[in-house]
Amino acid sequence: MKIVTLVKHVPDATADRTFTADNTTDRAGVDGLLSELDEYAVEEALKVGDAGTDVEIIALTMGPGGAEAAVKKALQMGADSAVHVVDDSLHGSDALATAQVLAAAVTKIGDVDLVLTGMASTDGGMSVVPAMIAEYLGLAHVGFVGELTVSDTAVTARRDDDAASETIEAALPAVVSVTDQINEPRYPSFKGIMAAKKKPVETWTLADLGVDSGAVGLDAALCVVREVTKRPERSAGSVVTDEGDGGTKLAEFLAAQKLI
Amino acid sequence: MSVERMLPTLEADDLIGLVRDIAERELRPRAAAAEEAGEYPRDLVRMLGRVGLLGLPYEEVYGGGAQPYEVYLQVLEELAERWATVALTVSVHSLSCWPLATHGTLEQRKRWLPDLIGGDLLGAYCLSEPQAGSDAAAITTRAARDADGYVLTGTKAWITHGGIADFYTVFARTSDNGSHGISCFLVPADTPGLSYGAPEKKMGLTGSPTTILNLDGARVPLERRIGREGDGFGMALEALNSGRLGIAAIATGLGQAALAAAVEYAREREQFGKPIIDHQGLGFLLADMAAAVESARALYIVAARRRDAAQPFRHQASVAKLVATDNAMRVTTDAVQVLGGAGYTRDHPVERYFREAKVMQIFEGTNQIQRLVISRMLRSGER
Ligand SMILES: Cc1cc2nc3c(=O)[nH]c(=O)nc-3n(C[C@H](O)[C@H](O)[C@H](O)COP(=O)(O)OP(=O)(O)OC[C@H]3O[C@@H](n4cnc5c(N)ncnc54)[C@H](O)[C@@H]3O)c2cc1C
Repeated sequence: MKIVTLVKHVPDATADRTFTADNTTDRAGVDGLLSELDEYAVEEALKVGDAGTDVEIIALTMGPGGAEAAVKKALQMGADSAVHVVDDSLHGSDALATAQVLAAAVTKIGDVDLVLTGMASTDGGMSVVPAMIAEYLGLAHVGFVGELTVSDTAVTARRDDDAASETIEAALPAVVSVTDQINEPRYPSFKGIMAAKKKPVETWTLADLGVDSGAVGLDAALCVVREVTKRPERSAGSVVTDEGDGGTKLAEFLAAQKLI
Repeated sequence: MSVERMLPTLEADDLIGLVRDIAERELRPRAAAAEEAGEYPRDLVRMLGRVGLLGLPYEEVYGGGAQPYEVYLQVLEELAERWATVALTVSVHSLSCWPLATHGTLEQRKRWLPDLIGGDLLGAYCLSEPQAGSDAAAITTRAARDADGYVLTGTKAWITHGGIADFYTVFARTSDNGSHGISCFLVPADTPGLSYGAPEKKMGLTGSPTTILNLDGARVPLERRIGREGDGFGMALEALNSGRLGIAAIATGLGQAALAAAVEYAREREQFGKPIIDHQGLGFLLADMAAAVESARALYIVAARRRDAAQPFRHQASVAKLVATDNAMRVTTDAVQVLGGAGYTRDHPVERYFREAKVMQIFEGTNQIQRLVISRMLRSGER
């Protein structure tokens, strides 16, 4: 079974996030890593293999130079090979263009049974790319999956929301996005780290994929980010020191805020 | 504030990165509560085993990580910075595998080493006895030869992982010929005749169980004797030369943790209108702490590099153990001082570091014994 896991290289969420002059996320000046939510997709793919199915796992990423870091982590965890789509004209692509390029890459990889993705990226956070890819490829899509069983011909997926749990079946090939409830991603092993260095990583350009560079990138984007404003810093807050009268002071504070 | 390291290979960079990630996410958040409750984190140790950290210094053909000591010890330091008990586990486990890996026959190594270093099993190293601590050659546990092997009888004391280990590397007497009458045995935990005392109520490392191991007619087949009869004591000391470097690295990590906590506090805490780090009396204390931690690190790395280059390193190992653990004691004591009253409470980790540092000066050869080793080598001119 051939599984493609989509992995995105994102700025480290614990670091300060900055934007460039054209209102796109600054990916050059910051430390990046594999979007944590994608680790669940990689883990789920590995689990299909652990359960006895013969799997070939290909980690696919689109992004500028540093994005190899994301595929590296996936390879260390146990993916077999990786594809990195990199092209200068991709800068500023919106979700639609991203989905078009990734769908083209999945097609070029060929004979893919299952595309597994995280439920969102930790930077853009739109959650729409998996569904869009499925649409481009004409495949079934199941999103926000909390439990997954994969057979030779179909997936059975549980989706949970506040009101109900649904169990959905979809024929393969399919595109499935998974939540952070689905598993506990493994740490790479030291052997995995060493083995990853020898695994093949292919680099494809838009020309390799037959995608028109005019159809992607900032100028072709259907949605345009007009302005980015940094959220104001949280003010320091006030500390109540308990000198035997902590309760009274807290009550006074709450009353002053008109909360009680 | 993570330590800047100059590592010999890119794979070592990746390894340290992985260890930091695991240590920050899995070890640090649990350390204080588990130590307070006296709970050993067997699940975490299993996870470290799966990642490959229980076989780092051993050969790849047996499933080890083939890492030089220079790298392995820095892994220990990184672990110890977040949780000394876990770092000690890795060090003692490696120590307990050492006799088989180094003195076992090819057949013995092929048969047992992959399991020992594979990550699922945990080992213990059993040399000390109630009446034989620093004078380890005074052990009296007997290994009596009979038709198909040995029968072990006696009491081992202070056994790290006592009662939870899967195998025990036991040194026992096969003759009365002093230090030449001791042999080494690889004893599985399910051997009939093994029993354990209650965990010692320790000052620190309370998450790490330390017990008596009673051997009451424990039958060990001949094939589980490692090395020749009578070679055990030499093996025990040789293993400790490497083990001491592990303790030096762990003590350095503990010192590093105390330094980081103290610096963070001293930048924030204000007295007399400015951060206390800006009062020279305290700033200089912190500077001395930094110097102590960094010199400890430099010493164990120098000793490790000699070991990796197959140079004699006994002298350097004793110096590193002595200085790193004495420095850790001083640095953790001073860290309590930097935090003032807060440092004396369990709301901050420094009082725990202080309690944990003390034992580093005691086990794997007390610091008096390190001085004995060093001075004897000075006397004899041996290098
Ligand atoms: C938490 C913990 C874990 C341990 N884990 C293990 C383990 O896994 N396996 C194991 O085999 N052992 C283990 N030990 C035992 C440890 O190695 C011994 O405690 C240590 O070797 C000292 O022996 P002792 O406690 O009998 O002290 P003693 O040897 O009685 O020493 C008492 C004091 O006398 C000093 N002294 C002794 N001889 C001399 C001398 N010739 N010159 C100057 N001073 C001297 C010592 O330095 C010390 O200060 C552990 C100990 C502890 C506390």
